[in-house]
Amino acid sequence: MSMAPEHAPTMARLSLAQRLAPWMPVLLVPLLVVAGLLAIPNTSSWLTLTVSGLAMGMMIFLMASGLTLVFGLMDVINFGHGAFVSVGAFVGVSVLLMLGGMTGAPSLALNLAAMGLAVIGAMLATGAMGWAFEKVIVKPVYGHHLKQILVTMGGLIVVEQLIIVLWGPEEIYISRPEALKGAITFAGAALEKYRLVAVGLGLVVFAAMRWTLRRTKIGLIVRAGVENGEMVQALGYRLRLVFVGVFIAGSALAGLGGVMWGLYQEVVSAHMGNQAMILIFIVVIIGGLGSVEGCFIGALLVGLMQNYVAFLEPKVALISNIGLMVAILMWRPMGMIPVVKAK
Amino acid sequence: MINAVLSGDMPRSRVLALILGLILICLALAPFLFPGVRTVDTAARICVFIVLVASYDLLLGYGGIVSFAHTMFFGIGAYGVALALTHMGRGFDAIIVGASSGALLAAVLAFVIGLFSLRVRAIFFAMITLAVASAVAVLVSQLSGLTGGEDGLTFQTPRALGPAFKFGDELFGVKLNGKLLSYYVVFLGSLVLFLLMLRVVNSPFGRVLQAIRENDFRAEAIGYRVVYYRVAATCLSAAVAALAGSLYAIWLRYVGPDTTLSMEIMIDILLMVVIGGMGTMYGAVIGATLLVLAQNYLQNLMGVAASLVEGVPVLPQLLDADRWLLWLGVLFILSVYFFPTGVVGRLRRG
Repeated sequence: MSMAPEHAPTMARLSLAQRLAPWMPVLLVPLLVVAGLLAIPNTSSWLTLTVSGLAMGMMIFLMASGLTLVFGLMDVINFGHGAFVSVGAFVGVSVLLMLGGMTGAPSLALNLAAMGLAVIGAMLATGAMGWAFEKVIVKPVYGHHLKQILVTMGGLIVVEQLIIVLWGPEEIYISRPEALKGAITFAGAALEKYRLVAVGLGLVVFAAMRWTLRRTKIGLIVRAGVENGEMVQALGYRLRLVFVGVFIAGSALAGLGGVMWGLYQEVVSAHMGNQAMILIFIVVIIGGLGSVEGCFIGALLVGLMQNYVAFLEPKVALISNIGLMVAILMWRPMGMIPVVKAK
Repeated sequence: MINAVLSGDMPRSRVLALILGLILICLALAPFLFPGVRTVDTAARICVFIVLVASYDLLLGYGGIVSFAHTMFFGIGAYGVALALTHMGRGFDAIIVGASSGALLAAVLAFVIGLFSLRVRAIFFAMITLAVASAVAVLVSQLSGLTGGEDGLTFQTPRALGPAFKFGDELFGVKLNGKLLSYYVVFLGSLVLFLLMLRVVNSPFGRVLQAIRENDFRAEAIGYRVVYYRVAATCLSAAVAALAGSLYAIWLRYVGPDTTLSMEIMIDILLMVVIGGMGTMYGAVIGATLLVLAQNYLQNLMGVAASLVEGVPVLPQLLDADRWLLWLGVLFILSVYFFPTGVVGRLRRG
């Protein structure tokens, strides 16, 4: 008979690295900001870049959050998500062009009201479109990834072409509302007002989303559905309805992101959704498919990275995001905050 | 004999065999049957796209992997030949160097992307390839010093493949010049590559791929390393796509982002695979032929239809020849729903 193995329990505290490991994704954002500060000699341009990076990140988050939730909840991958971005941008811009009197006036209240109307219009349109998209295009191909990718890609093509039919093939140029033009100077750095608004809006939406997911009944059902859908159904909740709701909400958020993105670039084209899709996918992958927090962090990382690198080395900026994605996937192959499924 | 050439994968339908035979004869004798710059150009385009679509079918139809970077590999092959011919002079050695280095680069790139994405989830691959392909497309248009940017590169192919080279007088009223030779280089190259793909999918390797497509978990349990097979299929398909790109560059004597790298071509490839029939190789032939012909000739018909309904609101815009993609998109969605096996599957069943 062999001896029992020596048992020598140690009471040592976890090392700092071990305690930090779960927080690493969250810490990456400040780390990147500090790295930017070290790399960029001029503090005021660093501040400008940081704000615009955060603004870009927030807008990408708005567009990407719906996609990641839909995937987490129903295992549906929607390649047509970019269509909502384009439609949102076009509807929003049309509303703003109609309200020319309100956007042209130098009053902040009137401008914000016009923006609000544009955003509501865009969200209603993309929400309704999301409902139809789910019904017509996604529903028949549940549980079949290959067909989902193909069919939703087809949906994207059709919507893109319909936009051209309705709004014409030309790009539409739009200027921001009067009070949101220009920049304010803070500590010697010029901060564009519109970007500050975008950062604020992004934070509000993220907070609202987190609150809904963590503090409400419906959020509980959604989170439980992501983790174990069958069990939620067995408990008597109609997960399909929840899913349709999430799909509509995600589409509406993409529409909101589309309006913001269109005004950010001051031009909208039918292909903008397609271009946004690329950033959205990168963000969703590095965040971990299905995770809202991961998506938020990923979006900020991508936005900051793009702005810093574009300042330091414009030619490399194109592939900087791909590089970021590769680095993160080498570190965590499932993304920063992988969603654990109880299956 | 035919059985050996087709690797034992017969059309298995009389109508299908008839159509395939007809396409083969038309393509083989295209310069004689349909003399004319535009028709021969269409025939060459069909040849190249058959190979390109077949290589995509290896990935999508047999491997069950969706890639959006296939035009990137196609472009790498085309630019490889273009750059070699620009910098090494107009010789056949330049073509060989360009095509082989293009194919090699495409395979290496596919290997890297595959390792990154396929080891986790197959759907990562679709997203990552989309991102990488668009980055490469932007990169190509930015590096104008090397690639000619948006304008692309115009270059000279070997003298023997140009219209100025004559090796006889006339045969059945067709001038025997280098352009004819060039067509046959493209045709024979495509034929060989297509038969090679047919060989691959009917080999044990192809069987394993199909098994993985049907149930990757079970394939892994039987003892096949799923990731290895998927990555190998990706590399092979990328290399063949690059070779197809080389053939296209030789034929056009021009490469540019629009002809080789654009998203439109990617969508065309997807449509061809799905409409022809996924996982059947012969579907690539049918799909490519149908779509290229339709693009060249049916688009005009749409213009006629649009002018007929002039005055009715919205309808003319919907039928405009530029809205061609709209109807293809609808057709695409409908065919994924109702005819997932495409034309070939239909013909084989009925």
